Amino acid sequence: MSLKQEPEQALKTPGQAGEVALPDFKRRRRRFNYTPFLLLLPATLFLAIFFLYPMLQSFIIAFQDSQGGFTFDNIDTMVKDTNFGDALKYTLLFIVIIVPLQVVLALIMALVINTGLKWAGFFLYIWTIPLAISDLAAGIVWYSIFTNHGYINQILIQLGLTQTPIDFLSFENPTLVFVAVVIAELWRATAIVMVILVAGLQVIPRAYTEAAEVFGASPWQRLWHVTLPMLKPSLQVALILRTILAFQTFALVFALAGRIMPVLAGEAYKWYNDVRNVGVAATYALLILLLSLANTFIYLRFLNTKAEELA
Amino acid sequence: MSILDQVNLNDNAPVTARTARPVLNQRSMARFALYVLAVTLTLWIILPLYFITASAFSTRDALYDWPKSLFPNPISFDTMDFFLNSRGVYSSALNSLIVGLITLALSLLIGAPAGYALARFIFPGRDSYKLLILTTRAFPIVILSIPLSVTFLNFGLYDTLIGVALVHTALALPQTILVTSSIFVAVPNELEEAALTLGCHRMSAFTKIVLPMALPGLAAAAIFAFVLSWNEVFAATILTSQNRTLPAQVLGSLSNSSLPLRYAGGFVLIVPSLLFILIIRKYLLNMWGRVVK
Repeated sequence: MSLKQEPEQALKTPGQAGEVALPDFKRRRRRFNYTPFLLLLPATLFLAIFFLYPMLQSFIIAFQDSQGGFTFDNIDTMVKDTNFGDALKYTLLFIVIIVPLQVVLALIMALVINTGLKWAGFFLYIWTIPLAISDLAAGIVWYSIFTNHGYINQILIQLGLTQTPIDFLSFENPTLVFVAVVIAELWRATAIVMVILVAGLQVIPRAYTEAAEVFGASPWQRLWHVTLPMLKPSLQVALILRTILAFQTFALVFALAGRIMPVLAGEAYKWYNDVRNVGVAATYALLILLLSLANTFIYLRFLNTKAEELA
Repeated sequence: MSILDQVNLNDNAPVTARTARPVLNQRSMARFALYVLAVTLTLWIILPLYFITASAFSTRDALYDWPKSLFPNPISFDTMDFFLNSRGVYSSALNSLIVGLITLALSLLIGAPAGYALARFIFPGRDSYKLLILTTRAFPIVILSIPLSVTFLNFGLYDTLIGVALVHTALALPQTILVTSSIFVAVPNELEEAALTLGCHRMSAFTKIVLPMALPGLAAAAIFAFVLSWNEVFAATILTSQNRTLPAQVLGSLSNSSLPLRYAGGFVLIVPSLLFILIIRKYLLNMWGRVVK
């Protein structure tokens, strides 16, 4: 049987599987096995058409003038636009604030689930609900809470904390708008971090924390010196994924804050949809791509993540 | 869950037996605090969902009432009725359904074979391929949709459902490949080999042995692709002008629709997602988390 395939140990240990397979490789060299490549072909072609091609195309759109010559005009227009500075500032500030908050909240949630309390399955189900909620819907949900006629103001007044409704979502209070967006995003997008961490916690052998307990480690010490170091790969995956997604935040901000809080993806939408200038929109898209790639690179470089751990 | 509980009981039993009373109290206090925390977190997730539901089923006047009740009083279907019957909503919901189903079919058809290849074969470049799939996640939706809208115009795909579905498939594909691969890994290779030695052809071994065992997981992966498509708004807005999907329709009319209409729209967007997550909850950890045996 030349179609000999390798018993797959586990996705996360490709190195080991490769070592075991060494004799097979020698045997297979006689007749090259095309099956996996044929199976991969459709997906590869599809991804090339819909990822590689648009990326090249957006370079062309961004750097080409109407005569087909090379131009920096689009970059110039983008940078000189009044909203550009704010959009960049808000997007970066948003990421710097939301990502750590989400990791901490998700870690708390995951640790609570991992204690194996009663109804853990029920809690986990409820806490994962936001996974399936779109950013647009989440924006609308929190709009119903933060608007002048919304529930927060209602509760504040009933508690006697304020007499007149607070304008959370107005031009006068950009900080409050920002806080509202952060809270809404914290509600919507923490679930994915939590799920990654819960999955990561499950593979940590119980014996490790038990051993630490036997030697008198406090719960805090156990968390800090045993659980967290072992959770590092999951934490890194969560960090990279969340940061990339946060660069694309758009509909939630749009539904909640309208034009009050410009973000990069929102500007790309505006230039495409309202201004009808594809060149500048594509330039914004390239900027987002560049920032996402730079961010991934920085995480991988400085957090020492092995690439295969990301699977 | 019951197993988890048992393990925990066994854990605690000897400790409580041999330690003194104050420690026991400390333990039960900690346990109590844990439940308070869990319930608080649950409220944090549930309350906003309650608020949007209450808003969607309030009368128009009740929404602008001041002070307004935290419970819809009276419960009214007028807002929902008005939203569901307003122009473009029915057709865009239908569009969303069609786009979602095409995305589901395409991503499974293209993604599952790749997932199978990654799960069952060791071949040169396998690890780099997986890494490549992962890096596609780093591609913003924005960068796909804006240039593609230009290309789609040339190919007559602009403002078509199939065009939107193609982009959604591209977005869902990396996840589908990785998830299906983890599902196929979970199907014991020995069974497949046994079928091969007993004279099954590779294809029939797959359809008769692997497919039935992988089916629930594959269904979950398919539902994931559907939810992604149902929720996606940026590409859907950029790539259409008349044939809107539901999120694109809601987004497009956001600035000129009244409060009740917005809330009804938000509610309608959320309901199917809730149902889907209920169906695939068993697979949640495998899908979004790392591959867990």
